[in-house]
Amino acid sequence: MAYSDKVLDHYENPRNVGTLEKDDPSVGTGMVGAPACGDVMRLQIKVSDDGIIEEARFKTYGCGSAIASSSLLTEWVKGKTLEEAGQIKNTDLAEELALPPVKIHCSVLAEDAIKAAIEDFRGKADNEKANDANTADGSGKAA
Amino acid sequence: MTSSNRRPIYMDYAATTPMDPRVAKKMMQFLTPDGEFGNPASRSHAYGWTAETAVEEARKQVAALVNANPKEIIWTSGATESDNLAIKGVAHFYGGKNSKKGKHIITSKIEHKAVLDTCRQLEREGYEVTYLDPEPTGLIDLDKLEAAMRDDTILVSIMHVNNELGVIQNIAAIGELTRARGIVFHVDAAQSAGKVDIDLSSMKVDLMSFSAHKIYGPKGMGALYVRRKPRIRLEAQTHGGGHERGMRSGTLATHQIVGMGEAFRIAKEDMAKDQTHAAALRDRLYDGVKDLEEVYVNGDMAQSVPNIFNISFNYVEGESLIMSLKDLAVSSGSACTSASLEPSYVLRALGRNDELAHSSIRFSIGRFTTEEDIDNAITHVRAAIEKLRALSPLWDMYKEGIDLSQVKWAAH
Repeated sequence: MAYSDKVLDHYENPRNVGTLEKDDPSVGTGMVGAPACGDVMRLQIKVSDDGIIEEARFKTYGCGSAIASSSLLTEWVKGKTLEEAGQIKNTDLAEELALPPVKIHCSVLAEDAIKAAIEDFRGKADNEKANDANTADGSGKAA
Repeated sequence: MTSSNRRPIYMDYAATTPMDPRVAKKMMQFLTPDGEFGNPASRSHAYGWTAETAVEEARKQVAALVNANPKEIIWTSGATESDNLAIKGVAHFYGGKNSKKGKHIITSKIEHKAVLDTCRQLEREGYEVTYLDPEPTGLIDLDKLEAAMRDDTILVSIMHVNNELGVIQNIAAIGELTRARGIVFHVDAAQSAGKVDIDLSSMKVDLMSFSAHKIYGPKGMGALYVRRKPRIRLEAQTHGGGHERGMRSGTLATHQIVGMGEAFRIAKEDMAKDQTHAAALRDRLYDGVKDLEEVYVNGDMAQSVPNIFNISFNYVEGESLIMSLKDLAVSSGSACTSASLEPSYVLRALGRNDELAHSSIRFSIGRFTTEEDIDNAITHVRAAIEKLRALSPLWDMYKEGIDLSQVKWAAH
C-alpha cells in the first residue's frame, strides 16, 4: 500500500505522543476502537478554565493511517475551544492526509476520539458543579 | 538503519525465491536461434528430438527428488494449476455422473487458496466438502481426519508444509488411512519439495503438486505427480493436442521445464545443506527477539521447516509493524496489507485471537540469506517493536496489569 507523504511524516515523527493524568479534572480522555478490529485510539485533552484545549496527547494501536490521523488531530485541537474541536470532521482529516478509501475508518475513529474526550471532560465538569452545589458554604471553588 | 535507496533485505522466500544462477544459465540455452528452441512435440526433425530429450531429462530430475517414476510427472504452469487439475480431475472422474462412489471431499481450513477455492467451486457443482480445523499447533489430528472419512469420500487433500506457518503434516500416516479406504490422496507440496524428504515409493500419496519458483526455479512452472500403481485417473481440465498423456494439453515450455528440472536437481544435491543453513539462521533470529516481552511463535517450531518462521508481537498492530520494517521484505498475517481488513485465515483457524493474528510476521529465509541479514533484521524488529509499543495504549494497559479481554470495547 502506498502512503501519502503526510501519513509517512506523522508516522515517522508522531506529534504529542504520551499520557496526561486521567484523574485530573481538567483532563478529558477518549478511548475508542477495539483490538479485534485492529485499532484503538486514546486521545487526551487538557482544558483551561476558559474552555480552551491547552494540551493534547495520544497513543494509538493501529495502522499507519490510524497513527497519522490521531497525531494530526492532536495538532489541530490545540488552542481550539471545545466547541471548535467538537466540529472537526473526519473528512477534513482524511483529506489532509490523503487517505485512500479503505483507510477512511481511521479518520472516523479520530473524530470519535475527540468527541469522546470532550464528553469525558464535560462529564467531569458537570460532576464537579454538582459536588460544589452540595457543599455547605456554596463558594463553588473546586478543591 | 539502511538508506532508502538500498533494497530491503529479502526474507520472503516462501512467497517466491530468486532463481539460482545455475538455473537461469541452463534456461538460456533453450530460447534463442543458436539454442535448442524446438517444440518437444515435433517428431520429424532434430529440433524437436533435442527439445524432447531435454524435457525428459528434466522429468527425471523432478521425479528423482521425490523418488517417483518420471512417467508419473505431468508438467503444469504451477502449483495452482496442479492443485486444480488434481482436485477437479479426481472429482470429475470419480465423482461424476456415472460414479458409484460419491461426491465427498475432505480438506483443511489452512490449505492454500488454490485448494480452498477449487473446493468451493466443486461445492457449487454439487460436491460436499468437509473443512477440518487444525490443532492450535497447526497440525491436523489424524483421529479427526479419520472420523471425517465416509463411504462416499472420494478425495482427501492436505498440504505437506503450510505456507504461513511452516508446519509439516504427517502425510505418510494420512496416506495409510486413505489407501486402506480406497480414497484418493492429494498433497500440495509447493512448500515442502526440496525442504523435507519425500519418498513417493513408500508414502501412499496419489497426487502431489509442485512449484518451481519456490525452490529457485522459474515462475510459471509446476508439475503434478500422478501415481501409476495403483493407477490414478484424472479428467483433463485443459483439452487440446493430448500432451502429457492427455491429462494436460498445451505446447511444453522447454526452457521453463529445463529450469524446473535443474532447480530440482540442485535441491536434491543441496537440501541438507540448505536446511542446516536455514535452521541456524532461524535460531539466530529467534534468539535475537525472544526476550522482547509478549512474543508468540505461531505453529510448532519442533514440527516445522526451519525456513519459515512466524511470530506475533502482542500489542503491536501488524500493518504499522510492516511499515516500520520497510527495510525488510517480510509478510504479515494482517491482511490490512491487502485490500481486506481481515486477519490471516490460517492464524484464525489455529484459534489465535485477532490481535495476535493481526500482529504476526512471517520471516522466510533461504539459500541466499546471510547471518548479516539476520542481524540487521533483529535490529530493525527490536527498534520497530519498541517504537510501536511506546505508541500503543494497549501496551500501557498491559503494563498496568489490566486484562484486555475483560475490557468492554466499542467495536466499530
